[in-house]
Amino acid sequence: MGFDWVFFAEVTLAGLGTGGLYALTALAFVIIFKSTGVVNLAIGEMLMLGAYLCFGFAVDLGLPIWLAIVAAIIVGGLAGGLIERLTIRPMVGESPISTFMITVGLAAVLVGLVELVWTASPRRMPAFLPDDAIFIGEAFVPSKVFYGFLVTALLIAIVLLVFRYWRGGVALRATAFDQAAAYSMGINVPRVFSLSWIVAAMIATMAGILVGAVGGISPSMGVFGLSVLVVVIAGGLDSVLGALVAGLAIGLIEAWASGFLGGEFKIVATFMILIAVLMIRPYGLFGTREIERL
Amino acid sequence: MQPPVPAPILALENLTLAFGGLRALSDVGFDVAPDTITTVIGPNGAGKTSLFNTISGFYRPQTGRILFEGRDITHVPAPERARLGLARSFQNIALFRGMTVLDNIKLGRHAHLRTNILHDLIYMGRTRREEMQLRREIEERIIDFLEIDHIRHHPVSALPYGLQKRVEMARALAIRPRILMLDEPVAGMNREETEDMARFILDVREEWGITVLMVEHDMGMVMDLSDHVVVLNFGQVIANGTAEQVQADPEVIRAYLGSGDVADLRARLRQPAPQGA
Amino acid sequence: MRIGTARFSYRHDEALFDTRTQYAWLAALGAVLLIFPFSANEYWLYLACLMLINIGSAAGLNILTGYTGLVSLGHAAFMGVGAYTVAVLQGIIDLPVVISLLAAGAVTMVAGFIVGIPSLRVKGLYLAIATIAASMILHFVFSNWQSVTGGTGGLMVNPARILGVDLDTSFRFYWMVMPITILMLLGSANLFRSRTGRAFIAIRDRDISAEVLGIRLLRYKLLSFGISSFYAGVAGGLWAYFFRIITPESFPLSMSIFFLTAIIVGGMGSLLGSILGAAFITMVPEALKLIIGWLPISADTTLILSPVRTIVYGLLIIGFLIFEPLGLQEVWRRTQRFFHLWPFRS
Repeated sequence: MGFDWVFFAEVTLAGLGTGGLYALTALAFVIIFKSTGVVNLAIGEMLMLGAYLCFGFAVDLGLPIWLAIVAAIIVGGLAGGLIERLTIRPMVGESPISTFMITVGLAAVLVGLVELVWTASPRRMPAFLPDDAIFIGEAFVPSKVFYGFLVTALLIAIVLLVFRYWRGGVALRATAFDQAAAYSMGINVPRVFSLSWIVAAMIATMAGILVGAVGGISPSMGVFGLSVLVVVIAGGLDSVLGALVAGLAIGLIEAWASGFLGGEFKIVATFMILIAVLMIRPYGLFGTREIERL
Repeated sequence: MQPPVPAPILALENLTLAFGGLRALSDVGFDVAPDTITTVIGPNGAGKTSLFNTISGFYRPQTGRILFEGRDITHVPAPERARLGLARSFQNIALFRGMTVLDNIKLGRHAHLRTNILHDLIYMGRTRREEMQLRREIEERIIDFLEIDHIRHHPVSALPYGLQKRVEMARALAIRPRILMLDEPVAGMNREETEDMARFILDVREEWGITVLMVEHDMGMVMDLSDHVVVLNFGQVIANGTAEQVQADPEVIRAYLGSGDVADLRARLRQPAPQGA
Repeated sequence: MRIGTARFSYRHDEALFDTRTQYAWLAALGAVLLIFPFSANEYWLYLACLMLINIGSAAGLNILTGYTGLVSLGHAAFMGVGAYTVAVLQGIIDLPVVISLLAAGAVTMVAGFIVGIPSLRVKGLYLAIATIAASMILHFVFSNWQSVTGGTGGLMVNPARILGVDLDTSFRFYWMVMPITILMLLGSANLFRSRTGRAFIAIRDRDISAEVLGIRLLRYKLLSFGISSFYAGVAGGLWAYFFRIITPESFPLSMSIFFLTAIIVGGMGSLLGSILGAAFITMVPEALKLIIGWLPISADTTLILSPVRTIVYGLLIIGFLIFEPLGLQEVWRRTQRFFHLWPFRS
């Protein structure tokens, strides 16, 4: 029996689709980490919130899907800003462990809220991506996944360009690099903090909408966040390139494990990758190794 | 007949330390004689703290050797060096903020205590005996010596800067070191605190028989206390000798005051040239 | 009013309880603990047992997170390992209860080493993420290793049997869990009077200095994680003997958050904190049940209990970290100080 290349191709394409979403979400994480130094464990839950906001606007409020998407992105971004102002800003100066634990609390609050309002049953996102199938060669790819990947790639490109050329993006990079210097350049550092959380939340919302469109939404979507955390560890907590490369790579590896070994083995693959990274290159592929000043 | 020169307690040979393209130390070598106070001085950024960190074991030198009591410790990991008798204090105070003065000092003895976690969980018996012995020794030798008995149960975060530095020294002494490395022990202290610290450092050398290697900027203290002075600039040793010798060395003067003509500078300041310059 | 206590020996100074007043309070507490089960009804006994198990488990988590500064989100999953060990052993061989519990602790400790060795080599936060992953892997193992763990159906556990008596009521169980919890607390107190505990705190406060003093970081971090896992394993074993049925869903990630909330609310790095925090958090679901029962809501109240609980835990974490980072034990101490100085107000 020859190797089933068609199946392999299908699984690979599915993996790329997920990988793209991992990369996008990881990008949101890296933005927060690079500008505020916070390890945001609740990134998966922010993604989930975004998906549910869209669902809420589209289904509960009956808005047309495209309007719901835009509304969700705006509200999601504002929520991010609110979170930063209320829960992260008071912790400036405290130990990173404390701030980290705040994000744990945040994750719990978000999951609870979502479950309270929409119950724990999985829901269906109203369709806005074509629902048929696309054939690449002999391999079959659901249109949702295909177009989802295109949208993801487009979003990533937009985010990267914005950071490169927009004044706000430059300010964010400057603050990430050296807060004191940024202050003295006239950059309003607290506002940059808020901005980075708003932008990251918007990106997470967009990713959440796409994830929801492809796979449905439920309060356990936060588990997507675990894979994203492994992605940022593998890529390097502060590396944009790492987020992209590792996102795609881990998406592929998980898909192969899931396709060839069984769906339950996806989590095993994720864990194995994490262990491997921690043993071989704990700072990630492209992360900066910290030199502690004594 | 000259008395035989004792072997150096710490010998540095050809140490080079580079971070990428930045050379922190270039071919640094000097000896530290036992029972002396040796001070390393130099302008800011000269590499003094990098030197200390290399001796402590935090940085691996690219070339060179570090010999401690004749033994090559260049590849010995940092925690082991404490066990061998190398103690140091830090420029920015590195006390454990969540603990009292007493607990901080007890940690100095950590490497020498022998109980394991099982003993500790039970406490009665072996651990308690060791703890009592430790307490007695710390109280009678260290706390009395550094005059910090009134603050022994205070959390260190509540102490003023000068006392914190003293606690750090106490902790370093608890290691029962053979050599004590002090990184700017009187930085930020007022006159009275500086004199107290100077007294303690001298006593450490006299009563405890510990060699002191320190980095310092306070020239008065350096000249009064040191048996031996080493001058670093741009990661290189530019002078090495007694306090008087180093003070007169034109290289040293140039390093501190910049490269202007030394004679011209002296003329402007109307200072006589030292003998033999 | 108490101004100070004169201590006459080092041993006196280092003791856990050292004044007449403290001994008196201790005796009173002891009396309460002994009399309580005879005067309480089933519901309160049940709560007391649950609280004691939670206190022991929280003390373990506090050793790791509060004292050593390493966040773990897998504490509940490790309790699961302990619980399953007890259940599985029961099916294989007839062991005395104490040995079973020790075995549960040991097996969980090994699991802790497996997770800890790769994750503790770098910064503490990697451990947190690794424990989330470990918690999911363990759930996977519990659900899929049919032959050993009974798969998704779980396992039934016979009541603990001590001296021929089956501990199948809360009243009886209390007499086993109470001394065990006290031993666990005592162990933790002793730990932090000695060199191992001090090393843990040093690692939390400034690990570079700790290294300079000769503390090998990886080794001590592993030790901390190991002992914390041991505590989790024993607590899990007690859990199994108490609830008598365990399934892969018995130890979810939200339970790990429960324990993290407990030590944050109670006070990290404090024994009193573990006790107050675990007691408080055990009461939260009960209090919520009451409150929700009173409110005029037409919806099915059981459906909203779980998410409301989760929200409350999250808010408690955030609230205490921002407003009262030292936890309830600090509130306790403030009150104590107030009464010490009474009637001379500070």
